[in-house]
Amino acid sequence: MITVATIPARTGIGLKPQHYQEILRDRPGFGFFEVHAENYMGAGGPPHHYLEAVRKDYPLSLHGVALSIGGESPLNRDHLARLKALLERYDCGLFSEHLAWSTHEDAYLDDLLPVPYTGKTLQRVCDHVNETQDFLGRQMLLENPSTYVQFEESTMTEIDFISQIATRTGCGLLLDVNNVFVTCKNHNMDPNAYIDAFPVEHVGEIHLAGHDERRDDTGAPLLIDAHGSPVVNRVWKLYERAISRVGPVPTLIERDANVPPLADLLAEAARADRVLDAERQRRNSHAVAAE
Amino acid sequence: MTTQPGQNDFAAALIDRALPVPDGVTSWTQPLPARRFGVYRNNVSGALVEALAVRYPVVKRLVGEEFFRAMARDYALHNLPRSPVLIYYGADFPDFIAGFEPAGALPYLADVARLDSAHWESYHAKDAIAVPQGAFASLAPATLANVAFEFLPSVRILSSPHPIVAIWRTNTEDAAVQPVDLTLAEDALVARPEMAVEVRTLPAGAAVFLSALRDGRPLGEAAATALQTAANFNLSQNLAGLIAARITARIIP
Repeated sequence: MITVATIPARTGIGLKPQHYQEILRDRPGFGFFEVHAENYMGAGGPPHHYLEAVRKDYPLSLHGVALSIGGESPLNRDHLARLKALLERYDCGLFSEHLAWSTHEDAYLDDLLPVPYTGKTLQRVCDHVNETQDFLGRQMLLENPSTYVQFEESTMTEIDFISQIATRTGCGLLLDVNNVFVTCKNHNMDPNAYIDAFPVEHVGEIHLAGHDERRDDTGAPLLIDAHGSPVVNRVWKLYERAISRVGPVPTLIERDANVPPLADLLAEAARADRVLDAERQRRNSHAVAAE
Repeated sequence: MTTQPGQNDFAAALIDRALPVPDGVTSWTQPLPARRFGVYRNNVSGALVEALAVRYPVVKRLVGEEFFRAMARDYALHNLPRSPVLIYYGADFPDFIAGFEPAGALPYLADVARLDSAHWESYHAKDAIAVPQGAFASLAPATLANVAFEFLPSVRILSSPHPIVAIWRTNTEDAAVQPVDLTLAEDALVARPEMAVEVRTLPAGAAVFLSALRDGRPLGEAAATALQTAANFNLSQNLAGLIAARITARIIP
């Protein structure tokens, strides 16, 4: 199996059509680009034209949003084939997907829907992760979800569930720090404790994004993983905490709605790079001190 | 004993808002949390509406954000995507618009939607290189009637009793929308010779002519068919237009 090697432990940004021209003109320096796989599943045209041009200068990470790994339905083999074709065509350094479902029977629901955490669902998700890795011939990263509800039937914590998937399948994990914040706030849990308990040895990438704030019927906070605003300070704090445990790993600034000027995303990326650099220095000085 | 809602129940309640929150869905603040479950409902319908808004920008502009949302949601919840590749979602939305009574005051709306859709398909179509314009010069006049053409995969031909190109263009390119003579009928050619999608208004008979060529029929036959529909069909003007549009992937002598 090909292991993750070509995405540097620096910060990347999501590639948006609004920024194609500016990126090719200015070639700003940063770690890598990530794209949603499904946006590049058309036959041709500008999406592929620009992605090919961008790929010449930057490493690329492929992020799937529609494989429905948590689904009761069998995985869509045609979709796996499309993913494999993209991974090969663009020589992607990472492939990640979500702990969620989105397809039921033959209908695609276009959202990342929640999975109960039970022995039965664990087996199903592991089967799907194994099938995906076997089909693609490479390791995948699985992302922790943002969730808004829980299930009475759940018998395991999210962290136990995710840890078992990584252990049983050999997949890596994509730690979405904003999702940690959203999920913990939504379920009255401590995000710091979540980060402290996360199986960091499997983490191959981190995601950072913004969220919206609402209230549920009782007036309790209800955070929504909207990707339409900058990363908030409390998530940056959580990111620093995560990096101090994980070490420097590729980090992505995600923005899918209200896409701002490229410079704004690059500024957020630079902030994450400073966190990564500080951690590298901290680890180096510890290593020196230990000699 | 806890309740275990299957994805069947969960999916059904996402789509049908009259259904209650599925049994077994809970939260720390309350069981069966309506507003929390509502986030998923909104995400699903919102994402599908957005996918349609991207494919049908001029329709959205013509009817306004609120009307578009209501119309698109109605379509989406009755026509869920059958593929996770949303680039292909909503191809039959124009047919839905044609039968959507609240939009009845805009008789051209469905055909403008077809133009939006053709533009979207052309944008994402398989790439191919158009033959150079000089390639047409070498065709021998004596055998011209037997020549056939293979068009680029990005070619779409539309025919409408409404001025779809004028409406589409002024709502796409003009800083301020210009008045359009709604009594005109316009046919359109959509194609992408390189990376930019080009939209052209077609002269009389050209839609029939080009459609016949697209279907592989030889030039002489295509011209005859066009003449039957439009007495003022002008072959030399149409040939010049065919060459200028750079839509030919292969000339089959």
